[in-house]
Amino acid sequence: MSTFLLSVLQAVLLVLFAPIAAGFVATCKARLQNRRGAGVLQPWRNLRKLFAKEVVLAEHASWIFRSAPYIVFTATVMAASCVPAVLVDTPLSLTADVIALVALLALGRFFLALAGMDIGTAFGGMGASREMTFSALAEPAMLMSVFVLSLGAQSTNLTTMIHYTLATSFALQPSLAFALAAMLMIAIAENGRIPIDNPTTHLELTMIHEAMILEYSGRHLALMEWAAMVKLTLFATLIVDLFMPWGMATEISAGAIALGLSLWIGKLILLLLALALVETGLAKMRLFQVPEYLSGAFVLAFLGLLAHYMLEIGA
Amino acid sequence: MTSALIQQLIDGMAALMLLVSFALLAQHRLLSVLHWFATQGVLLAVTAAIVGYGSHNHELYISALLTLLLKGVLLPWLLWRVIKRLHVHREVEPLVNMPITMLIALLVTLFSFHLIQPIERTSVLLTRDSMAIATACVLLGMLMMITRKKAVTQVVGFLAVENSLFFAAIGSTNGMPLVVEIGVAFDVLIAALIFGLFFFQIRETFDSLEVDIMQSHLLKQEDDE
Amino acid sequence: MSAMLAMLLAPLLGGGVLALVRDTRLAARINVVTGIATFAGSLWLALLVLRRAHDLTVLGIWFHLDAYNAFLIVLTAFVGMTTAIFSGPYMLNEHAHGRVGDGRMRLYHAMFQLFLFGMLLGFTSNNVGVLWVSLELSTLATVMLVSLYRTPASIAAAWKYFILCGMGIALALFGTVLLFFASSSVLGHGNEALSWTLLRAHAAALDPTVMTIAFCFLMVGYGTKVGLAPMHAWLPDAHGEGPTPVSAVLSGLLLNLALYALVRMKMLVDGATGGNMAGELMMGFGMLSLFVAALSLHKQQDIKRMFSFSSIEHMGLMTFAFGIGSHLASVAAMLHMTVHSLVKSGIFFTVGHAAQAMGTQKMSKIRGLIRHHPGIGWGLLIGTMAIAGFPPFGVFTSEFLLFTAALESNPWTTIPLLAGLLIAMAGLLRYVQPMVYGEVAPQAKSVRVNMIPVYIHLGLALLLGIAIPGALAGWYEQAANLLAVGAIR
Repeated sequence: MSTFLLSVLQAVLLVLFAPIAAGFVATCKARLQNRRGAGVLQPWRNLRKLFAKEVVLAEHASWIFRSAPYIVFTATVMAASCVPAVLVDTPLSLTADVIALVALLALGRFFLALAGMDIGTAFGGMGASREMTFSALAEPAMLMSVFVLSLGAQSTNLTTMIHYTLATSFALQPSLAFALAAMLMIAIAENGRIPIDNPTTHLELTMIHEAMILEYSGRHLALMEWAAMVKLTLFATLIVDLFMPWGMATEISAGAIALGLSLWIGKLILLLLALALVETGLAKMRLFQVPEYLSGAFVLAFLGLLAHYMLEIGA
Repeated sequence: MTSALIQQLIDGMAALMLLVSFALLAQHRLLSVLHWFATQGVLLAVTAAIVGYGSHNHELYISALLTLLLKGVLLPWLLWRVIKRLHVHREVEPLVNMPITMLIALLVTLFSFHLIQPIERTSVLLTRDSMAIATACVLLGMLMMITRKKAVTQVVGFLAVENSLFFAAIGSTNGMPLVVEIGVAFDVLIAALIFGLFFFQIRETFDSLEVDIMQSHLLKQEDDE
Repeated sequence: MSAMLAMLLAPLLGGGVLALVRDTRLAARINVVTGIATFAGSLWLALLVLRRAHDLTVLGIWFHLDAYNAFLIVLTAFVGMTTAIFSGPYMLNEHAHGRVGDGRMRLYHAMFQLFLFGMLLGFTSNNVGVLWVSLELSTLATVMLVSLYRTPASIAAAWKYFILCGMGIALALFGTVLLFFASSSVLGHGNEALSWTLLRAHAAALDPTVMTIAFCFLMVGYGTKVGLAPMHAWLPDAHGEGPTPVSAVLSGLLLNLALYALVRMKMLVDGATGGNMAGELMMGFGMLSLFVAALSLHKQQDIKRMFSFSSIEHMGLMTFAFGIGSHLASVAAMLHMTVHSLVKSGIFFTVGHAAQAMGTQKMSKIRGLIRHHPGIGWGLLIGTMAIAGFPPFGVFTSEFLLFTAALESNPWTTIPLLAGLLIAMAGLLRYVQPMVYGEVAPQAKSVRVNMIPVYIHLGLALLLGIAIPGALAGWYEQAANLLAVGAIR
């Protein structure tokens, strides 16, 4: 019973922590650009404000438009609850499968794209078409990168994979390096960060994610934005889980959980800091270069797969 | 260092070689092609040194030094000068577009893995794993020669093939005898010099470094002479 | 030992001197003298091998002579010498017409000798790595020779030659690396692991899988240099655009070295695998080349290109014969190698003079050679008859032997072989007949010709067709025994 409670707590923590993480990245970026920034809690304040506001619906909005925010949010939260953050073994660990995770995210994306097209404005359709094009390239790359890891563990279940990584001693594994590089590239693309998309701009010609939620307001918008933030934290946690799970709690004791929690937050902060650095250092790439970027990620992941077979199995 | 660590280091170098071979294929600009080419040379030298250390084969240190000077510094510098002097356009024009080239490259890598797999089982050397990667790099260099229009990129492809062959030699066999290696290095140097000479002549005669235009000359001459 | 050094040093020193000599007439003479010295050295060496009647390994493991390469060395030195004799007046003529400047005459002579040095080093070397290096060396030398005229077409041809052969030779090096990979577990990591004689002695201990893969790479790699289809694209261009003496040595010598290397590798692979995989691969490539070349012959307009396709055809035949691997087939292949080198270089000499006399290489503009200059006309006609396989020339003999061998081992192959040969013969005669007979083309002019090398070559080919000298026959026997051991096993 207590494990069940803990796993629910873990998911809730992740969801509640997500806006703070987004705020952290924004603050870091502001500091790097010599600005003061709005503070770590700003996204929370935004969400509170949006939840209080009235929803304005377009005249032609159908039920898809109205239900999409709930579906997107639910799917993302469900995905988040699959990912172990602090505790490795949870009652949900049977469902904590990477393929299911990708499917849940795809479900969210599907409704997001539908909602973008529902109103019939040009921007929504444009954003939806771009999102689907890029995700068609990003998803295989992400799966390929995960497969590199699951080859060693012989499972796509996250809990099993984490256990496997924890059990093996540290070694220089080129395949993991390739997979990590690919995963980082994909995470940036999937979350619509620079250099793929800019979450803070509403420039017509370049926006992808923002174009799809342009027509939303009030609590619908709040849910959509929250879902995006959860997705960012989710990816960061996933990378932590797959590539550096050291210190995660394998048994239920106050000490192990405290250690796991603090390490999780520490690793997350490092990753988000790196993201802020990347976003400050790079310029957004032109839209037609994105497929090349994503196929590059795919190639990297595939190389990881090959390197695994060539260098690590034969040895 | 333990032999396990050396093994891991060599595997890491092999992975980097493969990465560089892909990077060479994926470049759009001629200058970055040269940068990657120089990187490949340096990687090769480091690998030779590591293998030399691991197998106590001290001839390999000489090879490493030779490689560093020839392939890491001299050849890239020569090519860089050629590019500067000839004002070659900065864009690399591929015959096949990038994603498809990458796809072919992946298939080629898979194929070489499939080809070499039976060999790897028979060897007891420290470095046997890198054989498949060396084969892949050779074929990728050839792919680069085939899919590029510019004479300079073709040459870089040719030299990348030579690099990969050297990698195969040190990676799979702890290095060929020094005499052969010096012979090969000498040949590569002469080849590069002749290439350089050719660039100027091609440029003078055709006012371009596009291979297509040269080919069309050959065909035309066949028709109208 | 001293004979070997004399033979190898002559072209190297000659090339060095020729790089410095400015006077073109003097250079041509030095070129001939060097050629004669080299030939003398090779004869001396061959006599040594013949007298001892066994293999000769010189300088530890570095050089090796047996019946198989000794006859090729003599052949190479001989054709090198006659080509030097031919190229004297020919190149002076080109020089006089302003197609080649002073500096490039020097380049030509130096590169010609360097090429010969590379060839002889390749034939004598016992180290498969050095064999590779020398093949690459002669390739680089000929690249410079092919681009000698500096016309757009010649530079394009040289570039194509360079890139394609560079790729081929890289594959061959990879095959050599694999070979070393296989042998280093048996013979250690030193030079011994690349020494052909030791490899041959321990062939059975080499890993068959590795050797099979290695041979595939070597086949494609050296096959590119042999000019086997479908890797033959460089060959017609290089022959067509280079100076005629270069076409002669390319066809007559360089292709031989590549085929020689391939056959040496085949012997090792046969020893390792115990099967005839290598031979079957060679038969396949040989047959394909025969057909591609025979059909391409009919589409040509340039006389040198046409004869270069004929070279591809004959290299295909030889590869096929070596592929069969029986005693008789090996004798046929070696005889064919000899007569083809002699006849083909003779033809290229004649073609060079014909092109100079008519001022063009385009076949539709070359007419009435016999009336214009009987020496050239008859030379071309007889040479063509010889290469097409008419009796009593040596090509007929070797082709007859080849058919007999094919009938013994793979009877069904004789039909396509015969068909390919007939197609090629029809192509040759179809173009040569109007060139030699009929009215003289209007633009014809008189040139200084030197037909003696051609007559010597054709005379030798005739001699080999009528009666092979006992010594040479014994040599072929010995070499064929050497080659056939692996196949029988």
